[in-house]
Amino acid sequence: MLGPYPAIIAVRFKMLLQYRAAAWAGFSTQLFWGFIKVMVFAAFFASSSLAQPMTFAQVLVYIWLGQALLALLPWNVDQEIAEQIRGGGVAYELLRPLDLYSYWFARTLAFRAAPTALRMLPMVVFTLLVLPLIGLEEWALPPPESLASGAWFLVSVLGMLALSTAFTMIMHICLMWTISGEGINRMMPGIVPVFSGLIIPLPLFPDWLQPILYWQPFRGMADVPFRIYSGHIPVTEVLPEILNQWLWFGVLVGFGYWLLNRARRNLVIQGG
Amino acid sequence: MTALSRRSSDAQIVVEGLEKRFRIARRDRGLWGAVKGLARRDYQDVLALHDVSFQIAAGELVGYIGPNGAGKSTTIKILSGILVPSGGRCEISGLVPWRNRVAHVARIGVVFGQRTQLWWDLPVIESFELLRDMYRVDQHRYQRSVDELIALLDLESLLDIPVRQLSLGQRMRCDLAASLIHEPEIIFLDEPTIGLDAVSKLAMREFIKKQNHERGTTVLLTTHDMDDIEALCSRVMLINHGTLLQDGTVEDLRSDQRRVVVDFQGVPTLTPDHQRLLESSQGERLVFALAGGVTEFLGEVTAHYQVRDLVVEHPPIEETVAELYRQARSSLR
Repeated sequence: MLGPYPAIIAVRFKMLLQYRAAAWAGFSTQLFWGFIKVMVFAAFFASSSLAQPMTFAQVLVYIWLGQALLALLPWNVDQEIAEQIRGGGVAYELLRPLDLYSYWFARTLAFRAAPTALRMLPMVVFTLLVLPLIGLEEWALPPPESLASGAWFLVSVLGMLALSTAFTMIMHICLMWTISGEGINRMMPGIVPVFSGLIIPLPLFPDWLQPILYWQPFRGMADVPFRIYSGHIPVTEVLPEILNQWLWFGVLVGFGYWLLNRARRNLVIQGG
Repeated sequence: MTALSRRSSDAQIVVEGLEKRFRIARRDRGLWGAVKGLARRDYQDVLALHDVSFQIAAGELVGYIGPNGAGKSTTIKILSGILVPSGGRCEISGLVPWRNRVAHVARIGVVFGQRTQLWWDLPVIESFELLRDMYRVDQHRYQRSVDELIALLDLESLLDIPVRQLSLGQRMRCDLAASLIHEPEIIFLDEPTIGLDAVSKLAMREFIKKQNHERGTTVLLTTHDMDDIEALCSRVMLINHGTLLQDGTVEDLRSDQRRVVVDFQGVPTLTPDHQRLLESSQGERLVFALAGGVTEFLGEVTAHYQVRDLVVEHPPIEETVAELYRQARSSLR
């Protein structure tokens, strides 16, 4: 027997793993976009002789890991939760002897992690192992800088998952005000990829923007783990970055809790 | 009218002066109304419950009736801890439902007939197992209670079917089982027989009765089906427009009215006294409405006339209830 929260995660995981067709579609689209980005950056590096803040190999890591972990970023809401909020089913969630935030957090965690788990492995295998075999090694995903970098990368992916789940929770809670969720679903794909570094790696932004980019939660959802992997953040400087991730996690969870308590007070359940 | 007369020291559910106001956004009709609504919202207060008080002792089986929109579901939702009332007091086994929600809901079971609480895409048995984990029921206790529920509600053949593929009757049985896996002391059933066929209804009633008799589970049940009430409940509370109108036995609901249907040998010439009691006639069959004195009436009729057959009827409980609803409406005007 599992505790309530692991059980919730396990069930959602099992259900989401059924969407294999979507995973394959996602894999091919992300591969396609990955190649386009690689070509853009190859052209960029070829056209400039100035020293860049990142090497091309480090950018490759950034691109391919970004494609592999795309589904982990908080750019959409769980339709099942959205549907429950629209249909008033939230009320019935309160019948369970569980803290509502923790209950939804468990579901949201599975919602973020399950599709990623399905897509990540083929993407990494393909870009790390298959691309060099077919003669595209200069476009392939390089292995981690060192064993330690690889291990710390895995640790930072945990932080990435936690951060992303906490942020998705805030999006879910906001649905209790906006009802439809369309607005959030359209706004986030504009904000999240830019500030996490998914469009352009954060170190390539102008210097005057760096302080702003440093102090925001999205950095820990892509930039940090990817740069740990490639050694752009050396092993000796990893610890503060990991702490930074968990600090933001604390802030996002605290805010989410507060928001949910406010939302619950306004909760109106239809029916007499 | 005996809401407070049922006070007893062993009350498990205590409700006093419960009040619930909903604020509903209003919009004027048409396009202009929609535009105006952007700038300023008008709100209307709707009083869903007003000064509702009652007590229920452990092991009681209580019916809660009233027309649509009377406040039944609102009451159930407050008692289940998912809705916070605007005023009044409520304590269930010493806990305030909405304030000690987590501890409270672990001890109750709730079924909403209109909506399943099972997971749509999961096979029934996996829903049960998830509930076991959510309620932290240990494996031994779970196995015992789930085996019993499967046997009593005849669920064996349904266990591996995803909930979305079940018929309404099957789903309701599963929902009922799901609400009892953690062996709650109290169950709230909101229209548990709605939309069910006759066989399913009977099975449902049988089970609820058994649960109440053998395990002593307290049951509060809302329904529109007076047969449910007659078959199950010793006590009935009637609510309309958010106010409790009556709280008593099923017998209280039955009026003293009796109907005597008499088949005569040929059309009789009635005495003026009997003529006054006549409700309707159809050939040789005459129907009399009596408020009392049935025995004397029967004696007189059989002595005075040639009678072939004779039946005494209660007016159906529905009629009495409908009459009560109507009275409540006109008294509010």
